[in-house]
Amino acid sequence: MSTLNLLASISIAYVALLFAVAFFAERAAQSGRVRWLRAPIVYTLSLSIYCTAWTFYGAVGSAARNGFEYLTIYLGPSLVMLGWWWILRKLVRIGRNQRITSIADLISSRYGKSNLLGIGVTILAVIGTTPYIALQLQSVTLSVEVFSDTAPIEDPGSSLTALWVAAGLAIFTVIFGTRNLDANERHHGVVMAIAVEAVVKLTALVALGVFVVWGLSGGVVETLARIDASELGTWQVNNGRWAGVMLLSAAAFLCLPRMFQVLVVENDNDAQLRMAAWAFPLYLMAMSLFVVPIAVTGLDLLPEGSNPDLFVLTLPLSQGKEGLALLAFLGGFSSATSMVIVAAIALSTMVSNHIVMPVWLRLREGTASVSGDVRNVVLLSRRLSIAGVLLLGYLYYALSGGRTELAAIGLIAFTGVAQVLPALMGGIFWRGATRVGALAGLTAGFSIWLYTLYLPSFGPGTVLPASWFSTGPLDITLLRPEALFGVSFDDKLLHAVFWSLLLNTLAFVAGSLFSAASPLERLQGAQFVSARAAGAGARSWLQSTAESEDLMVMTQRILGPNEAQALFLREAQAQGVQGELPAPTPEFLQVLERELAGSVGAATAHAMVGQITGGAMVSVEDLMAVADETAQMMEYSARLEAQSLELSRTAAQLRRANDKLTRLSVQKDAFLSQISHELRTPMSSIRAFSEILRDTQGLTRADQNRYASIIHDEAMRLTRLLDDLLDLSVLENGQVNLNLTEGRLEDILDRAVSAALADEAGSGIRVIRRRVGEQVRLTTDVERLSQVFINLISNARKYCDAEAPELQIMVTDARGQLLVDFIDNGSGVAPEAQDVIFEKFARVSDQKAGGAGLGLAISRQIVTRLGGEISYLADRGGAAFRVILPMRQEIAAQ
Amino acid sequence: MTRPPGGVPPRPPGKPPVRHAPFQVERQSFRRRRLIDAACALPLLGWVLWWLPLLWRGADAPMPASLVLVYIFGIWLGLALAAARLVRLLKGANSAAAPPSGGEGP
Repeated sequence: MSTLNLLASISIAYVALLFAVAFFAERAAQSGRVRWLRAPIVYTLSLSIYCTAWTFYGAVGSAARNGFEYLTIYLGPSLVMLGWWWILRKLVRIGRNQRITSIADLISSRYGKSNLLGIGVTILAVIGTTPYIALQLQSVTLSVEVFSDTAPIEDPGSSLTALWVAAGLAIFTVIFGTRNLDANERHHGVVMAIAVEAVVKLTALVALGVFVVWGLSGGVVETLARIDASELGTWQVNNGRWAGVMLLSAAAFLCLPRMFQVLVVENDNDAQLRMAAWAFPLYLMAMSLFVVPIAVTGLDLLPEGSNPDLFVLTLPLSQGKEGLALLAFLGGFSSATSMVIVAAIALSTMVSNHIVMPVWLRLREGTASVSGDVRNVVLLSRRLSIAGVLLLGYLYYALSGGRTELAAIGLIAFTGVAQVLPALMGGIFWRGATRVGALAGLTAGFSIWLYTLYLPSFGPGTVLPASWFSTGPLDITLLRPEALFGVSFDDKLLHAVFWSLLLNTLAFVAGSLFSAASPLERLQGAQFVSARAAGAGARSWLQSTAESEDLMVMTQRILGPNEAQALFLREAQAQGVQGELPAPTPEFLQVLERELAGSVGAATAHAMVGQITGGAMVSVEDLMAVADETAQMMEYSARLEAQSLELSRTAAQLRRANDKLTRLSVQKDAFLSQISHELRTPMSSIRAFSEILRDTQGLTRADQNRYASIIHDEAMRLTRLLDDLLDLSVLENGQVNLNLTEGRLEDILDRAVSAALADEAGSGIRVIRRRVGEQVRLTTDVERLSQVFINLISNARKYCDAEAPELQIMVTDARGQLLVDFIDNGSGVAPEAQDVIFEKFARVSDQKAGGAGLGLAISRQIVTRLGGEISYLADRGGAAFRVILPMRQEIAAQ
Repeated sequence: MTRPPGGVPPRPPGKPPVRHAPFQVERQSFRRRRLIDAACALPLLGWVLWWLPLLWRGADAPMPASLVLVYIFGIWLGLALAAARLVRLLKGANSAAAPPSGGEGP
């Protein structure tokens, strides 16, 4: 009893240590110090829950009974980890992206969030895991019995050890497994505790191995010699089982709920996986390295008939190494507890999410519920599920008699959960996989497993009638549970694995091929299969079956989910499809391409749609088209910019023109009143004086002459005015005849100056000329040109307001053109008037009434006819006019 | 393998190596691709090697167990170390591919 008490206190102390570890890890996680909790080494160690008590005790037993076959259980998972790039990487990314909480959740969400599938996988997992939990309870009980002095208890149901262990584990799991309801379902405390347990069990097994190899056998060479000399001395292995169990364990490694929990759900980043890829195979190697030496030594040293499953404990005990035996017990205890804890968490998540919650929500339908309400229900249902799962395990242990080989129970469980494999692999690599297919495959595999392996494991006559095993149900020999269709393989396990997985896969593929997927299912399938950076070559097969959801996914990315869904719904309605994605018809593709082109450009849209629908690669031509399009867009926008610049320039010009027109209109009005005044004044005097001449008797001859000459002068003035107007109109209409002669500029200027200044004899303005520049011969209409000059000079005389008026006439020769500038020293023309002075009827001011305002207009017409131009030079001090004349008269006289 | 091996042209002798950005990037991605191919091939290699003992049964003299143990565990260790090396090289190739002007790979 004292040994048992010691064991009990050690176990309790150990569990207390685990509590502490888990508690502080949770605390650290809550305060945000999660970095070391997420360290790759912790992740790698947490994977060690693969090595349960089955490994710890059962591997040695298996080696003693069956030789090297035990290795396959570890070689399979090692291959899976080494091939992390193929499957695990993708699985882990899907798990993170889709926030997967369990393997049932993964299968359910992949196949259109089908709850039926979720329930199915959950039931399968519970039934498959129950014997496994029973196995752990059994191994703990057995190991305790080894230490007790009493004979083995015959009826396992009367042993309280298993019950106490189950209860203790349930409490631990409830406390740390349902502590929080995290969105991503990560349990830092539990994972940390498991990592510690991983170290404990490895240490225990390695310590024992070292003791056996160096302590009992005397070294490596001696140990190898001992192995060769023992029953296991030669290489004998059942080929079918070597291959089959390796594949089975690889499959189970991926599908076991607890493995999925630590591999995928608790995974946080790719770095964890990268380390586990090499470190976990090493761990497995270390765990299995000393199994054969222990088994061989046990067979050698222990009495005939000892249970080889317990060599790990009995061997050190028989050598009097109590401490080592205690360490080994602790290792076995660790293996059992860590597995049970994680399995219970994984199963409770599945049970509560896929069975309890849907039922509860169905019952509560219609009644209002607050969110805190649901939260409590979820936590409660998880806690009850954990207790339920452990209770089931205990019941299985109590009912199964507790004496089955550990390895056999483990392999039964493996085969059960491996039935998820076809749906899982198909789900992440084959887009054509459907819900119906998955359901068919799971059902087929599960029922064959039940019929051929699980139910027979209770023994003939317990669940299945004994006669079935010999002659088959209803005497149909082809349906014997252990020899379906007459094939037995001489091995129950291989037989069950072969038929269950074969028919499972066939049903899965056939079901998928003969059923249509719902839109949601196809969408999920596309997201799962094309999860970022899928393995090389994984995309190629049967890709074209899922065009619409690819298009949908792509469109969502570009247009946003709401717009994309609205578009697809519209198109589906247009096609007359109800509740499905529209078929990728050419019309639909055109519409889609157009919509996408609005966001990414037509060539890009075409390349994207083309790549999905045609399965074609983006060619260099496509890329060039995309580049062209970009260039065109840039050019187009540059052109738009230029155009808008030009438009604004034109607008400014138009504004200026409008201003000018307004001013012209004002001038015209002013001129009309002016011209009527101009016409009216001479007409009035002519009328008045002619009336005097007619009506007044006795006018003197001198008076008559005076009045008549006044009438004549006024008539002349009228004539001049009318001549000017006529002249201008002739010039404007281009009907003028030029009389081209050759003359010197100096002579023309001389004539103009004298004519302009003649009438009032100098009138005070001084004309400054530089005759050197005027020695130019011109072929031009001398009369007309001098008319222009006269006009300019008389303008200066009339309008120059300086005290001592001066007019400077400068002649410049500039590249074949002659510039004649007339610059006075007055105040010049006001800026606002500068652009109208050459218009008809323009007059700078009303006060100095001179001509009719036609002089400059006529001048401009003349100069234009002569092939030159006349302009006003601003900012030259006074009024400055420039006449530009061509040196050689080239325009033809008209 | 999607590309033929040996894509690195020999450098002209006597000239210092010239850094050429696109070439560097190309070489990094090429190197990364080969590493990924190797990582994918590793489990297949392990699979073949671990199934090889199945063929030993027909041999005239039975294979001693110690030899088989050494064989299987030797492969185990070798595969794990190779995987560790590949993971490190892949990480190096990744980080070198991110900044094109980064240092040479390990």
